[in-house]
Amino acid sequence: MAGHMISGTSALAGLVRTATGSAEAGAHRMLPVVAELGELLPGRGLRRGHTVAIAGSPRGVGDMPRGVGDMPRGVGGTRAAGAGCAAGGMSLMLALLVEASRAGSWCAVVGVPGLGVLAAAESGIVLERLALVPEPGPDWPTVVAALIDGVDVVVAAVPGEVPASIASRLAARARQRGSVLVPFGDWAGADVTLQVSRGKWEGLGDGRGRLRRREVTVVARGRGAAARPKESTMWMPGLVTKSDIGVISRNNDQQGASAEPTQAGVTPTGLTLVEPRRESA
Amino acid sequence: MRTLLLWCPDWPVTAAEIVDGASSAHAVAVLHDNRVLACSEAARREGVRWGLRRREAQSRCPQLIVVEHDPGRDARAFEPVVAAVEEVAAGVEVIRAGACALAARGPSRYYGGEERAAERIVEHVAQSCAVESQIGIADSVFAAGIAARAGLIVAPGGTAAFLAGEPIEALGRPELTDLLWRLGLKTLGEFAALPPGDVLTRFGLEGALAHRLARGEDHRPLAVRQPPPDLAVTETYDEPLARVDTAAFAGRILAEQLHDRLTAYGLACTRLGIEAVTEDGQELHRVWRHDGLLGAAAIAERVRWQLDGWLTGARRGTAVRPTAGLVRLSLIPDGILAHVGLQPGLWGDAGAERDRAHRAFSRVQGLLGPESVVTPVLDGGRSADDQVRLVPWGDERSPRRPAAPRAAPVPGVESVPILGQETDFAHLREQSARPELSNRQTTRRSGRPPMRQPPWPGRLPAPSPSVVFPEPRPAVVYDETGLPVGVSARLEVTGVPTSLAVDRAAPVPITGWAGPWPLDERWWAPEESRRRVRFQMTLADGRALLLSLSAGRWSVEALYD
Repeated sequence: MAGHMISGTSALAGLVRTATGSAEAGAHRMLPVVAELGELLPGRGLRRGHTVAIAGSPRGVGDMPRGVGDMPRGVGGTRAAGAGCAAGGMSLMLALLVEASRAGSWCAVVGVPGLGVLAAAESGIVLERLALVPEPGPDWPTVVAALIDGVDVVVAAVPGEVPASIASRLAARARQRGSVLVPFGDWAGADVTLQVSRGKWEGLGDGRGRLRRREVTVVARGRGAAARPKESTMWMPGLVTKSDIGVISRNNDQQGASAEPTQAGVTPTGLTLVEPRRESA
Repeated sequence: MRTLLLWCPDWPVTAAEIVDGASSAHAVAVLHDNRVLACSEAARREGVRWGLRRREAQSRCPQLIVVEHDPGRDARAFEPVVAAVEEVAAGVEVIRAGACALAARGPSRYYGGEERAAERIVEHVAQSCAVESQIGIADSVFAAGIAARAGLIVAPGGTAAFLAGEPIEALGRPELTDLLWRLGLKTLGEFAALPPGDVLTRFGLEGALAHRLARGEDHRPLAVRQPPPDLAVTETYDEPLARVDTAAFAGRILAEQLHDRLTAYGLACTRLGIEAVTEDGQELHRVWRHDGLLGAAAIAERVRWQLDGWLTGARRGTAVRPTAGLVRLSLIPDGILAHVGLQPGLWGDAGAERDRAHRAFSRVQGLLGPESVVTPVLDGGRSADDQVRLVPWGDERSPRRPAAPRAAPVPGVESVPILGQETDFAHLREQSARPELSNRQTTRRSGRPPMRQPPWPGRLPAPSPSVVFPEPRPAVVYDETGLPVGVSARLEVTGVPTSLAVDRAAPVPITGWAGPWPLDERWWAPEESRRRVRFQMTLADGRALLLSLSAGRWSVEALYD
């Protein structure tokens, strides 16, 4: 009897861990992001339950011709004046989703009727796991809350002013359900706010060439571990860190390998790469 | 087996009368491949025969009404006849449009004799469908078909003798009967007298089957038609359901009823129609789709969401709102399959995560309507609106037009997009190029895009714009003198684009531009044709735009945000 109990507790000892050990368990609660953006985020990824906002760049509001600037409308059908549409905001949003989507997460984008799906597909987002709610109507918080219940990453283009009560309610729901809420526009109380501060296109000359890539500087501000603003410069469509050729070649190797498993596992080498997927659901 | 066969003479003509209203009292002929397939009695009196050419038939009978043959019309018109036969006798097999067979034993015992059963069936068909028919009864389907032409009842055991006198052409196999005729076998009796083993060795399987028919035997039992069961469940409520919880409770009971009924038939449904009638007669209807099979809990869940959407939607002021409480609820299963169990995917999108996401999307569809949650599918095309198709969540994700992936934006530097493209086109390749499996692997290794997919010349290379305006924004492009820029028929730009004004806002200087790239699409279809030139432009404030010029009007199509 006693021996039985001892063996029982010794078996338990392996299962019960101290609270300090849970720091590495937090890695399971992390959705991957591309390496360049990971430098800007605490924990180098999208932590489940966090709110990562994408703000419009300050230049986006005034300079742009009004009609274009207004275009990606806020959730409520009201026009978010320049909020979600700053130069690079949409690309930044897509870049943020890419790795999580490729790793098997489900994504939903609410309130962006003008989302360039082709650009999303080119950036690497898996369209089979992407749902769009272009017109959520006046009851958008209910829609966003319903999506938080079931989807890993929820992007919500919010109208200009979001009441603090709704913002905190949705953030709390995301924290409880372990989803990542990505508000697109002005949002009070986000854990991290990403913003494109500079962007410069390359490849277009005077009547010749074509748009090829853009050098983008992204700034991250936040609270807690992310309180100190960080800045990183990268190439935007395609996301290859600028000025570091070594990184480019390393990326190529990774992509060349990771490109395989999604192709229905045709090549046996691809199967090993399914492993990095998140273990905990 | 004793078989009763109901035959409607000149069925194509009768069907044409029922569907198209060509009265068979006149001379009517149904033509197929310019040959007479069937004709009415009046036409037959004028000398029109089966197999005549149209010109010859018209020369024999100048007032002949000619109808084109349509097998669908024949089958459609025959359905009420089969239903009428089913009302008086069970187990009907449709042999072809115009003839159906059933086992004679049941009706003959029920009505007290084969003759009386035949009379009863013919009478009922005539009364309920106003269609003339004849009945033949014999020991095999084939013999009953021949007997029906004369309206005969062949005595039990007399079938072989009855068939013996029939000409060999009655087999309806022209190649075989032609050969048999040349061998000197002119009647079915002579053919039936040959030893079966010799027939099989000389004429093969088809000959052996024909030999069985000629001997008055069946080569298979009747494949009896099952009338489709009525699976929908409906409940009427004396007390109108106005609150979500009461309605959800009622819906749960109904869902369990539906599930029980489906499992009793060994069926499962993949779509669920929910219908509700309100107190003042308003009818609400919505169909729910589901990837897997709907179980009792899943049905109840969807009913609850839908009722929640309807009843609370009324308070929130959405488009579909019931004006009063619900008094009747119906669940109509759709997309019904035999329930043999569902094999979930082995890897990829399977498991709890996928179910969780599907539930969330279904929930939003319940709140806003099925069209509100969409998922994009890539299509072939040259502009953003062609290349992307948004389908409601739960619908089939199949592209209409495939397209080859595009080259990387910066040659030499392979970036993330390569995976995205490959993923999205992987399933296409499955469809279009399955036989070249080995080929596929070699093309992938060498890094070239797979062959055989339309390249859609004229589409813009990657990167694609990340904001596509649902409605293009009107704009004007000015040259350095302040005049609007145009493009000539020879694709010459009239001036250097210097500034751009969108929506009558103040002009913004242009720092870089490229174009014009002409696009002349679907010029063969006037209502779909589009002719325009496109430009890429970067502005002084750092933005990049995709503009198009069509019929002298500039517009901003998309933004490289």
